[in-house]
Amino acid sequence: MTNAQLISQDPGWIIALKGLIIFAACVFLTIMSVWGERRIVARMQQRSGPNRVGKFGLLQALVDGVKLALKEDLIPKAADRIVFVIAPIISTTACFMAFAVIPMTGPVNFFGQQTAMQLTDLSVGVLYVLAIASVGVYGIVLAGWSSGSTYPLLGGLRSSAQVISYEVAMGLSLVAVFIYAGSMSTSEIVAAQDQWWYAVVLFPSFVIYAISMVGETNRAPFDLAEAEGELVGGFHTEYSSLKFALFFLSEYVNIIAVSALATTLFLGGYRALPGLGFTEQWLGGWFTLIWFFVKVLAFFFVFVWLRGTLPRLRYDQFMKFGWKVLIPFSLVWILVVATLRVMSQQNAPRALIFAFVFSVALLYLAVTSLIDRQKTKIAEAAKFIDATQPSFPVPVIPTSRAEQLNG
Amino acid sequence: MADELLPRHEEFGLAKADQSKVPITDHSSASFPKQLLGFWVTFKTMFKKVNTVQYPEVKEPTAERFHGRHQLNRHPDGLEKCIGCELCAWACPADAIYVEGADNKEGEQFSPGERYGKVYQINYLRCIFCGLCIEACPTRALTMTNEYELADSTRGKLIFEKDDLLGPLRAGMVPPPHPMYPNTDDGNYYRGEVTGSHPSQGVAKDD
Repeated sequence: MTNAQLISQDPGWIIALKGLIIFAACVFLTIMSVWGERRIVARMQQRSGPNRVGKFGLLQALVDGVKLALKEDLIPKAADRIVFVIAPIISTTACFMAFAVIPMTGPVNFFGQQTAMQLTDLSVGVLYVLAIASVGVYGIVLAGWSSGSTYPLLGGLRSSAQVISYEVAMGLSLVAVFIYAGSMSTSEIVAAQDQWWYAVVLFPSFVIYAISMVGETNRAPFDLAEAEGELVGGFHTEYSSLKFALFFLSEYVNIIAVSALATTLFLGGYRALPGLGFTEQWLGGWFTLIWFFVKVLAFFFVFVWLRGTLPRLRYDQFMKFGWKVLIPFSLVWILVVATLRVMSQQNAPRALIFAFVFSVALLYLAVTSLIDRQKTKIAEAAKFIDATQPSFPVPVIPTSRAEQLNG
Repeated sequence: MADELLPRHEEFGLAKADQSKVPITDHSSASFPKQLLGFWVTFKTMFKKVNTVQYPEVKEPTAERFHGRHQLNRHPDGLEKCIGCELCAWACPADAIYVEGADNKEGEQFSPGERYGKVYQINYLRCIFCGLCIEACPTRALTMTNEYELADSTRGKLIFEKDDLLGPLRAGMVPPPHPMYPNTDDGNYYRGEVTGSHPSQGVAKDD
């Protein structure tokens, strides 16, 4: 039986229990990943990171959460009270909801009931995740707007512009997966990867998704929304206490959510690594849960690694990269993938497929070399400047008083 | 026009640099593999030994001449070196030192010579640990220790009085006030010719 059929037989209490478990797991993962991130980044900077509260500082994030909850909850006078309160709730709810369609295990025995650890299996599961991610943007926009303050407004605008633009690239990168899997249901996409992971087959899509998921979650090096040197705290500048904690929580749950989606769509979800397929039967199928989290945490490590390595991008570079590189490239890539898919489905002669691939490669090389030539031309021209003539326009300096008076 | 400010290239035999064509350092981004090297740097660093000192439990010694808390020193017989001249207070750029001098009286001698520091306060909320005070001190009465743990909870506690600053009485010292070593003057003290206390000065502290 497929996952979808298994899940459709779930009685109500199992669905409720699964929902609870997903919620608890997300909160737990957030707490652990905040600690993990701080420890890993610290090691990358040759520090030791939090190590005081609990063994290895494991309770640090928990204690920070308690501290946040005990802080005074301020609502600025200029804020729109209702929207100000609702915004963090929207943000948090949205990122939790994405987990509903993520398959975390294969068929398992759950309190005597054959099922899979997936809350629900929509036939348009991935579209649902994208839609929910877009709803999450409302949290950011509304938080920025309702604060009644300049920096949050600018930060909110920035991060919504950012999330929306990178969502386009993200959505486009998923199209190739849909074409190959022939489905938008998460469990069927996982099932379609039993031979080859899509990270291998559709490597360019995987790269585009990996880049855009960093942009989507407002994380370094794309964390322009909270560029503290420019915008104080970004959209959540005016938030304090539990409402701030909610934004904090949603940021980390979001990271886990996009990592889980990447695992599902490109790394074979809960399936074992190639060659270790026999482990999927261990612990009555529950071992697949471990595989799933190993992959998700690998993504999380990459997030932390990026943060530890790269400096923040400038806003215009960031937007240029999204709109002028990622989106056109993924559009062309989709065309190529779709053509190849149609060819293979209609049993086109092998020579034709090779000819197509070859001509695409040739075209790619031609375009890139043209761009490179243009770039070197500009670089050569910019190598020397005339120091006496500034490169920026300056007003003409009048030479004499008479000239000044006469205009 | 004698005091006009003019560039003096010729005077020093320096050729004026040709500024018409200035080469610019190449700020274009490095090649992609080179950029990826950055990831290797952070990854490698994870396995290096951590630099952090677990401070309250582990304390590393300071540099030998670290500027820490001050100390008012004593002569070997226990008399204070401070003569209340206030030079430290005048030297202090942060106005952290307050000194009030007073006359040594017969039977109430705190330091060799005429004067001693009656009130001596250092405000550690103002002190910048520059060390100008110890340079100004003519008798080496004021020096700095390596002690750096000076945090406290109130402003009042961070104004150190003379009692807090005075160095401890070592073996062979007699707690002042007491008379000077017999048949000496302050010059003998200053030249370091007094190396211990005399029984006539009082009961010396033993170990």
